[in-house]
Amino acid sequence: MTTSALQTDVDRDARAASDNRRKILEATMKRFQYQGDALIEVLHKAQELYGFLSPELLSDVAQRLRLPPSRVYGVATFYHFFSLAPQGEHTCTVCLGTACYVRGAALLLRELEELSGVKAGHTSADGRFSLLTARCLGACGLAPAAVLDGEVVGHADRSDLAARIRNLLGREE
Amino acid sequence: MDLHELEAIGEREQAQRTRLRILCCAAAGCQASGALELKRRLETVLTAAGKLADIDVTPVGCMGLCGHGPLVRLEPSGEMFERVTPADAEEIVAALEGRPCTVTRCDRQHPFFARQFPIVLRHCGQINPERIEDYIAVGGYRTLYHVIHEMTPTEVIAAITRSGLRGRGGAGYPTGLKWATVAKSPGERKFVVCNADEGDPGAFMDRSILESDPHLVLEGMAIAAYAVGAEQGFIYVRGEYPLAIERLQKAIVQARRFGLLGAQIFESGFNFRIDIRVGAGAFVCGEETALIASIEGRRGQPRPRPPYPAESGLWGMPTLINNVETFANVTAIIEHGPEWFSSIGSNRSKGTKVFALTGKVRNTGLIEVPMGITLREIVEEIGGGTPDGTPVKAVQTGGPSGGCIPASLFDTPVDYESLAAVGSIMGSGGMVVMDEHTNMVDVARFYMEFCKDESCGKCIPCRVGTVQLFNMLTKLRNRQAHARDLDKIEELCDLMRETSLCGLGQSAPNPVLSTLHYFRHEYEELIGAEGDHGS
Repeated sequence: MTTSALQTDVDRDARAASDNRRKILEATMKRFQYQGDALIEVLHKAQELYGFLSPELLSDVAQRLRLPPSRVYGVATFYHFFSLAPQGEHTCTVCLGTACYVRGAALLLRELEELSGVKAGHTSADGRFSLLTARCLGACGLAPAAVLDGEVVGHADRSDLAARIRNLLGREE
Repeated sequence: MDLHELEAIGEREQAQRTRLRILCCAAAGCQASGALELKRRLETVLTAAGKLADIDVTPVGCMGLCGHGPLVRLEPSGEMFERVTPADAEEIVAALEGRPCTVTRCDRQHPFFARQFPIVLRHCGQINPERIEDYIAVGGYRTLYHVIHEMTPTEVIAAITRSGLRGRGGAGYPTGLKWATVAKSPGERKFVVCNADEGDPGAFMDRSILESDPHLVLEGMAIAAYAVGAEQGFIYVRGEYPLAIERLQKAIVQARRFGLLGAQIFESGFNFRIDIRVGAGAFVCGEETALIASIEGRRGQPRPRPPYPAESGLWGMPTLINNVETFANVTAIIEHGPEWFSSIGSNRSKGTKVFALTGKVRNTGLIEVPMGITLREIVEEIGGGTPDGTPVKAVQTGGPSGGCIPASLFDTPVDYESLAAVGSIMGSGGMVVMDEHTNMVDVARFYMEFCKDESCGKCIPCRVGTVQLFNMLTKLRNRQAHARDLDKIEELCDLMRETSLCGLGQSAPNPVLSTLHYFRHEYEELIGAEGDHGS
């Protein structure tokens, strides 16, 4: 994290948390002896800690691993798993694998887009909700499947899932 | 650790086991259906009745019938129950004690179970995947001991070669030949890599194996490392499989603590360590040279072969890359002998294959069947046809690299050559059943959208070809295509097949070509009046 990014952390707790995350990331890089080969492992850790990969974070990682920023950026954008923008507070990932597709996942996704007003792959303007898609969760026996805030929902029923999302977003308003 | 200690652990484990046991599936599928809550409830019920000391509740791996989960099996009776909810806990305990129970029982005589031939899945649903002692109790790591102390690397490779085992990742390259190449390739270090980047949508065989029996894969890898002379291994596993990663991590730590991985395994001169590399969501990384690039921390882009990874792989060293299921076959081959293995299956495809049977089929789940079984037996007998009885139209094998096989060809035996002859591939084992309601042009377009997004962008035929094919199929679906567009589609498919750099681009046309071949009328129906109008 650069100094300018730290200055925006007015809250001292937030700064402490950020320092802690920085320490964990540093420890991860150290464990891999700051080798460029470990870039993907380091980015996994960074995303786990910060939720997404900011430009500052990427250039920081590049510096520590002694890699050109272009290579770090190239890797971060190549893999679907890495997100360069913050995710919503709540996320729903709809599986679009073949088994789910054959069992109506596309319809499910369209309905959720309408319900949330968020296009697949995007986050709502207020940052509350992200609607994502997955290639295959490997939960094909439960098709169609979705993941709601980390919990796998099998045999996802459209109205049931819609109600749960409405509930999730509504309760905190 | 020596053989006596290993056997002592196994015997102690058997002795400690209660006579009555409730095995509760705790693989990802059943977990998503509420299996963990059920397990907690069962323990609460047993505690309240003061029976927890006499009856074990054991979390186990996949029992196969994922679509009907959560699944529970009782021992010693072998009775199995499906769709068990936490509210059923009392009744399950009642059933164990021989009292009446109304929870739906699985019919173990049903072809879904009776037609299977478990080799790779033999411990799945039988042992607790998070305890190495459970694996040792069913004979685990004894084959590794036998190999290290009683066989030379050459003998191990000869056994694998004689067994006729072929790569289960899809291409079917003879495993023994690959091992022999790595063994004789010069290099100061060598590597063994397990490809667990199961990217085909509709496939979850590798996930289930890793979640249900991780030590089987570790032991297979260790035997391979001994045979080819490697001291370092990697498991490249999809980031979408958190439970599989967690269980692998646990398994590796346990094996290391028991001296079954690491330095001087079984007090011999053989050292082997395994590290996990978590994939980051790129389908192309299932291609071996792209996978290598990814382990090296780079973008997962393939490079031309030769040189093959067997000669020049990770960091330029000889590298053995096999799929999860391939490694999972190794211990059984050594234990029962190559002749036993090659007696199973068909002429050129030996042994069994694990399939993920999904889509419009009554019994969805994980199955292991001998090679040579027909598609009809799988779809109709094991799968039980479609849930609502509508006729099955086709089955898709091999994911985005495979093809759709129409119901009229369901007597095709499942082996590498026969499936290729009908325009599909064996693939890694995804099998998606489609009924009359599935439009085949939509299916082709679905796969092309997948390939377009997943193309790594390195070579032009794949990068541009997938986009063009997707656009043409979209045009067709919107009824804006002309008859001559079908010829253009075929021409472009041929071009991509012939000129793409790696398997992704070379096989991306397969879903289009196979549906165009067998279901051409569905394409032609879409060349509607509007299309003619436009011309």
